[in-house]
Parts: sequence; C-alpha cells; structure tokens
Amino acid sequence: MKVTHPESLIFWSIIVFIILFVLLRKYAWKPILGAVKSREASINKALDTAEEARKELQNLQADNEKLLKEARAERDAMIKEAREIKDKMITDAKGQAQVEADKMIQQARQSIDSEKQAALADLKNQVASLSVEIAEKVIKRELSSNDRQLKLVDDMLDEVTLN
Amino acid sequence: MASFATTAQEHEDTHNEEAAEEAFDPTELIDHHTKDSHEFHIVGSVSMPLPVILWTDNGLVTFMSSAFHHDEEGKVVVERNGMKFVRVHDEIYYTNADGGVTYDEEHHPTNERPLNFSITKNVFTLMLTSILMLVIFIPVARSYKRNERAPKGLAAFMEPLVVFVRDDIAKPNIGEKKYEKFMPYLLTVFFLIWIGNLFGLIPFFPFQGTLTNDIIFTGVLATITFLITIFNGNKHYWGHIFATPGVPKWLLPIMIPVEVLGMFTKPFALMIRLFANITAGHIIILSLVSLIFIFKSVAVAPISIAFSLFMYVLELLVAALQAYVFTLLSALFIGQAVEAHH
Repeated sequence: MKVTHPESLIFWSIIVFIILFVLLRKYAWKPILGAVKSREASINKALDTAEEARKELQNLQADNEKLLKEARAERDAMIKEAREIKDKMITDAKGQAQVEADKMIQQARQSIDSEKQAALADLKNQVASLSVEIAEKVIKRELSSNDRQLKLVDDMLDEVTLN
Repeated sequence: MASFATTAQEHEDTHNEEAAEEAFDPTELIDHHTKDSHEFHIVGSVSMPLPVILWTDNGLVTFMSSAFHHDEEGKVVVERNGMKFVRVHDEIYYTNADGGVTYDEEHHPTNERPLNFSITKNVFTLMLTSILMLVIFIPVARSYKRNERAPKGLAAFMEPLVVFVRDDIAKPNIGEKKYEKFMPYLLTVFFLIWIGNLFGLIPFFPFQGTLTNDIIFTGVLATITFLITIFNGNKHYWGHIFATPGVPKWLLPIMIPVEVLGMFTKPFALMIRLFANITAGHIIILSLVSLIFIFKSVAVAPISIAFSLFMYVLELLVAALQAYVFTLLSALFIGQAVEAHH
C-alpha cells in the first residue's frame, strides 16, 4: 500500500487533534471528571456519615441497654432494700412490742406484788391489833380477881422449872 | 414478474460484459477502499468532492477535487494560477513541459509535486469524528451542571467509559498521584480511536472512511504519546536510559543505544499495531466480499456474507479493543516516564 501526500494528513491530524484536545479538555473532560470526582467524594462522605450514624445509633442503643440494665438493677436493689427494711421494721416492731409487753407484764407483776405486800402488811397489822385486843380482853378477865392472879403466878412458876 | 426477470438478466449481462471488459482485480478494490482519496465515494458513480489545497511554487492554490473528473491517470489537466496540475493515483503533480506526465520504468510519475494539504477523505473523517466527539461530550459535560445526582441519558452511558479509562487505564499505569494530568489526553485518544474505528465499520456515507487504517494518522497519535513521554520523563526515566542501574560501566556503550532505540520502538509499535489491526480487519472483510466476484458465483455469497458478518462482529470488538490497547500502552509508557523512584 502506497502512502500518498503524507503531509496533508500529518498537518490536519495535528491541527484537528490539538483543537479537539483543547476543546474537549476545557469543555468536556475537566467538567466530567470534576463532576464524577465530586460525586464520588459526596457518595463516600454520605456513606461515611451513614456509617457514623449507624455507629452512633449502636452506641446509643448500647447506652440505652446499659441504662435500662442499670435502672433494672437499681430497681431490684431498691425492692430488695425495701423488703429488707420492711422485714427489719417488722422484726424491730415485734421486738419492741415484746419488750414493751414484757415491761408491762413486769410492771403489772411488780404492782401486783406490791399490792399483795401492802395487803399482807395491812392484814398483819389488823391481825396483830386484833390479837392485842383479844389478849387485852383475856388478860383483863384473867386478872380480874386475886385468885386468878395468884393462880397465874403459880402456873407460870410451875412452868419455869428449875433446871 | 417476467419483466423483472428480464431486467435481472440484462443486469447480469451488463455485469458480465463489464467483467469481460476489465478483469476483476481484488487488490485494486481493496487498495481503493483502504487508502486515502481526494473524493468521498458515496454510491455508484456519485462522489462528494473535497477541497484540494496545494502549497505550490506560486503560493496557495485551492479548488474542488471534482475538477479532476475522477481522473487518476493524469489525463485531466487542471489549470490554476498559471500552473497545471494532474492527478495520478491520488497524488497531485505539476505537469511536465509537454503538459503531461513522465513515468519511470516502474510506471511511477517523476513529475514534481506541490505540497498537498487537501482535505482528503481521511481528513474529512477525522473532522467528522472530532465534531461528533464534541457534540457528544460537551452536552454530557453540561448535563452535570444541571444534574448533580446520578447521571442520566447519554451521560449515564458515557460516564462508565470515562471512569473505565480513569480507573482501569490511567490509575493503575500512571499512579494515583500523577494520572490526573494525563486524563484529558488518554480520554481524547481513547474515544477518537474508538469512534474512528467504528466510523470505518459503517459502510455508507458520511462514515465509511477509517482514520485508523491510515498509518500516518496512527503515526501522529503515537508521536504525540512519544512526545508526552519524553517531555514528562523524570530523572529516573532518563537515568534508566543513559545509566541503566545495575549495569557495569563498560556495558553502557551497548546499553545506551539499546535503550534509546527502545524509546522509539514503543511508539513505533503503537503506530503499527493500531494500523495493522484495523487494516487487516478491513482487508479480510473486503477479501471475503471479493470472493463472490472472483468465483463469479452467487453461490459463494452466503458463505462470504456469513464470514463477513462474523468478521464485522469481530471488528466491532477489535474497534474497542484497539482503542483500549492504544490508550493502555500510552498510559503505560507515560507511567514509566513519570514513575517515582522505588
């Protein structure tokens, strides 16, 4: 194959190629590549943001979970404490009541005792005065005559045996 | 029906007569279809004349190629600015003193010829391809201003190709840091070759012409790649050529010429590869079609057409493949020239 007039195609190829290159570079390739690049950047950014949001959500969820767990534990602890307090209060109340009751019983017993003592003492006094009155009357009657006074002395002297 | 048959018969007769008149020469047919021309053959004897632009001894001369009346044998003389021109096998010469053409023993004209800057068929195709590219890509680029979201329409079709050139050709071969500077060149070459190749596969006006089966055009592209390579070559690149690392000093007188030769063989291979691949495809298709006329039998037609179809489909692949290969190798050579020392 014979190449004819090479200068025409060389000349025009260079001219047309340069014009085409300059025009396309300015009006096509740069805007297209720029747009593609910026879109890629924005997609990447969006993905990153989404990923971050997802992570944050996860963290939030974890936090919530933790908070819930804590709240539950706290509630459990509170219930337990309340129960303990209740039990303690009951026990305490029971103990106190017992003590009080014991004390009351004790007091009652003491007062009964003292009443009893008082009653006994009263009884003794009355018995003693009665005895003395009786003795007085008996003695008065015994010692109303000389005979009887002498007899008594005799009896008593009899009793007092010399040993 | 009968009249139709008669017409067909007549047609065949005339065809046979023509065939008898001048024997069918497939070489000439193929040559005619694969080489550059001053006219754009449309159909039958209809051609579109193209401007002839000559830089002569008396300055610039322009006229339409129709002035030669399809003559390629130096018989029609065109007189402009007091100079006479003839055309012999696509080359325009001054006439000799007798107003004719002088031939040497091998039947090559020995006449002087002016510098020829005509808008030939290939130049026309190049311009058409370029205009098409501008028409495709400038609106695509504009569409990005209006639409900042996912691309639509033509942009949606072109963007993957642009991104392909960027991510699969430029980035891996030139490197993340430096590829951006060379993207406009690689994209221009990729699409110019691809669209140019596809134009050649469309068998009717105004396509038909194939840029890339002209070695001059592939040579220009390869030269541009070569110039980009050497003007962007860094210290490391030149160091590799003139002081190949790890080579003993006394071997350098051998190594330097080899390396310098290597600088030139790379673009040379680019030029030949693209030219040869596309031309070969066209020659095969034309040869297959020529078989019908060589055998002078319609029976060959189905086979020829089947094979041609196969070749056409293959050519469609080759059109894209060669554009890819040219761009890839350009990127590779540029990459070698700019790569950082490692």
